[in-house]
Amino acid sequence: MSHVVSPIREKLVTGGKSYSDVTHDICKQVEGEPTKEWKIAFGISCLVFIYGAYCLFYTWWQGIGVWGLNKTVGWAWDITNFVWWVGIGHAGTLISAVLLLFRQKWRTSINRSAEAMTIFAVLCAASFILAHMGRPWLAHWALPLPNAFGSLWVNFNSPLVWDVFAISTYLSVSLLFWYMGLVPDLATIRDRATTAGRKFWYGLFSLGWTGSSKTWARYEYMSLILAGISTPLVLSVHTIVSMDFATSVIPGWHTTIFPPYFVAGAIFSGFAMVQTLLLITRVVFKLEDYITIEHIEMMNIVITVTGSVVGIAYLTEFFIAWYSGVEYESYAFINRATGPYWWAYWMMMTCNVISPQLFWSKAIRTNLMVSFFLSIVVNVGMWFERFVIIVTSLHRDYIPSSWAMFSPTRYDIGDYIFSFGLFFTLFFLFAKFLPVVNMAEVKAVMKGVSSNFPEKKAKSTKKTDEE
Amino acid sequence: MSSTTNYILGVYDDEDEVLHAVTAVKAKGIKIEDVFTPFPIHGLDVAVGHARTRLPIAAFMFGTLGLICALALISYTMVFDWPMIIGGKDFFALPNWIPVTFEGTVLFTAFGLVTTFCVSNNLYPGNKAEPLDLRITDDKFVMAINVDKNKVSAADIKKALKDSGAIEVNTK
Repeated sequence: MSHVVSPIREKLVTGGKSYSDVTHDICKQVEGEPTKEWKIAFGISCLVFIYGAYCLFYTWWQGIGVWGLNKTVGWAWDITNFVWWVGIGHAGTLISAVLLLFRQKWRTSINRSAEAMTIFAVLCAASFILAHMGRPWLAHWALPLPNAFGSLWVNFNSPLVWDVFAISTYLSVSLLFWYMGLVPDLATIRDRATTAGRKFWYGLFSLGWTGSSKTWARYEYMSLILAGISTPLVLSVHTIVSMDFATSVIPGWHTTIFPPYFVAGAIFSGFAMVQTLLLITRVVFKLEDYITIEHIEMMNIVITVTGSVVGIAYLTEFFIAWYSGVEYESYAFINRATGPYWWAYWMMMTCNVISPQLFWSKAIRTNLMVSFFLSIVVNVGMWFERFVIIVTSLHRDYIPSSWAMFSPTRYDIGDYIFSFGLFFTLFFLFAKFLPVVNMAEVKAVMKGVSSNFPEKKAKSTKKTDEE
Repeated sequence: MSSTTNYILGVYDDEDEVLHAVTAVKAKGIKIEDVFTPFPIHGLDVAVGHARTRLPIAAFMFGTLGLICALALISYTMVFDWPMIIGGKDFFALPNWIPVTFEGTVLFTAFGLVTTFCVSNNLYPGNKAEPLDLRITDDKFVMAINVDKNKVSAADIKKALKDSGAIEVNTK
């Protein structure tokens, strides 16, 4: 039986919940009136979104000349923000796909919100790609469509075209995976609906789900296969993003370590963002029994492991820059650490390499306030990592007369603000209208992992084991 | 499911009980239509007697189709329709095409698989089908038996369900 769980395992669901309690606790925030906290938070994120949308519109209207880019530093905040958001968008699919393949049951209460976050983060990333194109209304030129130029096609040898395919595939497959995970839970809300509107909308999207054992058996296979194909997909996305840099000839970018280094960094920052949001969500929606200290600790362990991988990658890069004997390469790295952008480099080092090492202490990794603070520190560090890679590799060009610095304009900053507005607006809408915890999956792992599971059930489990 | 069908529903409140009940009820020669649950129960489909799903085969075929389509598109555009020398490489630069081919394979597999799943389970937006008991999507496990398809009398079916641990026996 699947319910045999080692007694030394921590409980994943606390508070003596029954299946019905799970339904009730999770559906409560969908069915009830929005709370005052939600209204305030949603209002603020809408205002941020509106201000950001104005800045983005202005960028589209005037062109990217409104950014602080110059002839030497041709990529800066735009691509930094793009890579940062794509990286953050890795955790959701990683949690739902990789942890499913590894049969990690603790994923069940966090995968829904992590996947939602993934989708919103990828949308934020896409906004920078569109803005960076300068003429976003010609975005379809990146697709292999027959066109007016005698069908001049896109260049399939170019990493930028690979990126178009990787990001759009990732977005659509993640959305599909997330939606299919939602269907049984939407059916739960449909069957509890007391208003005609809720019954209609949740009924429409639950596709006529009945809970048949045949459907469930196929559903399990489908989830497994989706997880199987999403795992290499999630690794491919940041690999390809890193190739945008690695296949160039710019010292500091032209390194073969980039794919694994970027993927580790992506998981690192994605888990940190999930951690930030979970720590808020569990308090606001009173989900402490579902998202327990155990979950927070597991997340922190993953953050420590990936943070250490990233740290080793930084050191390896530095070593290889010296060992290669290429003076341009060596200079690029020495300039990063000691040049005019030294503060960005050491910010990155402190936030990404040193701060996650604090999680070796159990007291720190089970402390909610410290976890929350460090999860934000990690994402600050990861933003600086991309900034360091992009800007410091460019700003000292081959000819000293071309050397330049980058300073952001209000539109660089405004477009970044836009992405936060978009992200949080979508996240709050999700948290209000959809169940933030996957009820069906949590119920399926409850026996054996829920504390004080009613006595009757405990007995019947025992009977099963004996048989 | 049509409302004219004559169903007897055994309602259980524990996943292990319903799993054992399936075996017990079947042992009495009763044919089970299906079992409805709030979450997947491992081994239940086998106990009820459903055939193993062929979804993995469908997924593989969609993946293969995606691979072929991606390679065909890239070869047609890069080699035949408008060949260009890029970085001194061959027109047929297969290693460079691996990323897009891979993404195409994944995309076709995912959408093909989910479409097949929805079609084979009759799931579509606007489907008005509802569970036989509204508590199925909450915390109850329901075994549905079609009286017309069984030789055993309705009374015996009800008794068998009660004996196997059903907390309620309803008709629909």
